[in-house]
Amino acid sequence: MIPIIFIMPFVQTLILVYAATLELKNTNITIVDLDHSVISQTLCSKFEASPFFNVNFESGYDDDTEYLLLTEKTKAVLIIPENFENDLKSGIKTQLQLNINAIDGQGAGLISIYVNQTILSQLSNVKPFANKTNLQVMPAKINANSRFWYNETLNFKHFMLPGILTILVSMIGIFLTSLNLVREKEMGTIEQINVTPIKKWQFIAGKLIPFWIIGLLVLGIGIGIGIVLFDLPFRGSLLTMFVFTCLYLITSIALGLLISDFASTQQQAMFTIFFFFLIFVLMGGIFTSVESMPEWAQNINKINPMYYFMKIIRSVLLKGATVFDLINEFFALLGYGILALVVAVWQYRKVN
Amino acid sequence: MSEENIIEVKNLVKKFGNFTANDNLNFSVRKSEIFGFLGANGAGKTTAIKILCGLLLPTSGEVNVAGFDAFKQRNMIKKNIGYMSQGFSLYEDLTVKENIEFYAGIYGVKRSVIKTRLNELVEKLHIHELKDEFVKDLPLGWKQKIAFSVAIFHKPQVVFLDEPTSGVDPITRRQFWDLIYEAVDDGITAFITTHYMDEAEYCDRISIMVDGKIDAMGTPTELKRLYNAQNMDDVFVKLARKQEII
Amino acid sequence: MNRFLAFLTKEFLHIFRDVRTMMILFLIPVFQILIFGYVIKNEVRDAKVGVLDFSGDVMTAQIVSKLDAANDIEIVDYYKNYSEIESAFKANKIKAAIVFEPNFAATFVKEREANLQIILDASDPNLANLLNSYISAISANYANEQKASQAVINVSIEPRMLYNENLVSAYMFVPGTMALILMVITALMSSISIVREKEIGTMEILLVSPLKPIQIILGKLAPYAILSIVNAISIIIIGNFVFGVPILGSPIVLLILSFIFILMALSLGLLISNIAKTQQVAMFISMFGLLLPTMLLSGFIFPIENMPVALQYFSYIVPAKYFLIALKSVMLKGLGFAFIWKELLVLLGMTSLFIGISVKKFKIRLD
Repeated sequence: MIPIIFIMPFVQTLILVYAATLELKNTNITIVDLDHSVISQTLCSKFEASPFFNVNFESGYDDDTEYLLLTEKTKAVLIIPENFENDLKSGIKTQLQLNINAIDGQGAGLISIYVNQTILSQLSNVKPFANKTNLQVMPAKINANSRFWYNETLNFKHFMLPGILTILVSMIGIFLTSLNLVREKEMGTIEQINVTPIKKWQFIAGKLIPFWIIGLLVLGIGIGIGIVLFDLPFRGSLLTMFVFTCLYLITSIALGLLISDFASTQQQAMFTIFFFFLIFVLMGGIFTSVESMPEWAQNINKINPMYYFMKIIRSVLLKGATVFDLINEFFALLGYGILALVVAVWQYRKVN
Repeated sequence: MSEENIIEVKNLVKKFGNFTANDNLNFSVRKSEIFGFLGANGAGKTTAIKILCGLLLPTSGEVNVAGFDAFKQRNMIKKNIGYMSQGFSLYEDLTVKENIEFYAGIYGVKRSVIKTRLNELVEKLHIHELKDEFVKDLPLGWKQKIAFSVAIFHKPQVVFLDEPTSGVDPITRRQFWDLIYEAVDDGITAFITTHYMDEAEYCDRISIMVDGKIDAMGTPTELKRLYNAQNMDDVFVKLARKQEII
Repeated sequence: MNRFLAFLTKEFLHIFRDVRTMMILFLIPVFQILIFGYVIKNEVRDAKVGVLDFSGDVMTAQIVSKLDAANDIEIVDYYKNYSEIESAFKANKIKAAIVFEPNFAATFVKEREANLQIILDASDPNLANLLNSYISAISANYANEQKASQAVINVSIEPRMLYNENLVSAYMFVPGTMALILMVITALMSSISIVREKEIGTMEILLVSPLKPIQIILGKLAPYAILSIVNAISIIIIGNFVFGVPILGSPIVLLILSFIFILMALSLGLLISNIAKTQQVAMFISMFGLLLPTMLLSGFIFPIENMPVALQYFSYIVPAKYFLIALKSVMLKGLGFAFIWKELLVLLGMTSLFIGISVKKFKIRLD
């Protein structure tokens, strides 16, 4: 038990943070330059210098290039057409072709955006050939300056870490609590307890409080690992984090208790948890943005405790939010926790 | 091998690496007798039973069960014996009937035969209602009786009973022994291990194993006389003490 | 044969008796597919954006209404200063904010150039990136329209999304779910069911019976093989009918591939059941040794090439990785044996390795 509790956060944070990355990095891209002009060459070197891409060059687009895509040797092929520089400078409409292996739709979308940004930032410096119209009207433009707050370097690990910590804390609350209680049931030790003069609530509290403390400890360790190894910022106050974690742990432990009420074997408990955990994790915004989900899914999320904690932990750690900034989440979790605990305890007394 | 000996063991040795679990065992079991196989935990009983059941290969010696050789004909041995373990190992999530059908099925009993014997069994044990209950809902005594009925359902020549009465109350134990006597009357040989010394007295003959060897063998009366003891408990204690003195 | 049939009957009884586990086993893939298909989207929809307008002229109003009209963006609030933006970010009310400099329109007319600032909540870096490119594109478009005659540079980039034109996320998760479910049912369930027999002591009785060890093992494994084939086929059908995931390759190749993967998973289940003494141990080995790697290190959700080198090497021993590569090649690209023989060989190699170890361990126990 003890090794699981303390090794788990280490292993999970380390492996998950590295494995669970949807960040674009070293993506293999093939460039077919049919123009061989100064501009096309600068574009190529721009791509070569980019940390996002690993570039290789092909002399023409044919079946062999297609084969590279087919066999996953390259993720995307960018084709610079003949006369590209000329057309560009003469103001003739010209087109770059970008073929992306889009089986991973999200990744493909990102590749498309990064390629776009790389090309456009380079081409905005291109001076067109002087001609009549250009002399008359100076080009107009709006300079959009982007500021990436809370994560200037767009470090994906800072996005994932809070998510992984959420999973970690929920595992302690839901998994360990319910498996422990069901085991007691399976081994029959609960009968033993029932004949002692200890009161039901005392027994339940005695069972739950250790997990509550373990959960707090594990989150502490997890955040510590994040700060030391991954430079994770902790912009909010420790107290805020503590208050919210206490609340969330009550909710998840109550859910664990509730599941143990309905399961008679560890196996059943395990599968039930696996089922709900999967839904909670997938919908809670841990790997993907809740914002891109349809309205009804966002509504379902209102009964997903992980959704609240996910928001909270990201806001507190990365943005320095306070309880007042997150007052809705505070009351949601508080209500959830109380409700779940009452139902779980009531059900527990009925069953045992 | 003599006609009436159903199990014959000569110079049986079983070694695990350097450890000798069975050290030169010699004994035979006659047809239709109840043979008690006694010994403290770790004395080598389990190893011997596993060899007799065809689960383990002996290191050396001659072992013959139901007319088959324990070296070469292990599968034939398996077909001709029954086995009941101390856990009364039935499937809790299956009904009594399903358990019986399953075990009879894997012993290759024909479907029609299963049906008639099942009906006979239901009549004999008066389990008309019980037969469709899940095993997990049965009291321990019933689990035990049914486990035994399952072990002899395919009419084996020998049935091996590995501590078949552990954890059961005295009255149920008594009833269980009645079942064993009945099976023996039908011509089945019972090879039984037990911790209860009073049960040892119910056996026709017993052997007592100490440290991989058979220390004593004979009818309960013979042994009591030999060790000048009141009951089997005494015999056992005296044997253990003798061991200590050496 | 009759003996074996009796055994199979019993196994199916076990499986169907455990209604809860059964339900969950069939519900998990269905829910997973539905969530992935309907809930997890690749595009940004109605991202909430706030405005801080120091200028407040016609032009800024036009840009804001253009942004609001775009599908991806929803303008939710106007702010008076930066600290209001900050608290909106902290309360998770907006994902981005646009700040217009004072005298925006006037500057634009006079200098032919004006500045706006896009502030993004980069605690979600990918979303921030997407929003950034949407908003800059819309504002650049607006600038071009103002000058109607001609754009400075007239270039467009024409992306062609191969194998998945509409960027349907189902293309990723249908194969992934298949790998996961086949792994869960075959390896996890079969190992647990074998270990359970050991735990309750019935394995002893089975070994004493005239059933041959190979019959016992086949009898334990066959039902799970059948269940997982049913499950695999239903996942493909749901993927195809509900989300339009194509089956471009030959269904026979697909079946052979799935069958080999199932075989591999069964041999893995056998190996686990050999190692584990209790169901709990079997469950933990399966969870942490099989499920997590299958979800994380197989390319199911997270692309392997983005991972650190050490994890990339580790992914070579994750069987699901090979299955997924081959499965995607057959289903989505329409490729045949010529392209997937390497993956098939690796899977077969793993299968024989696992069986070899199991047999060896089993032999040692018998002597």
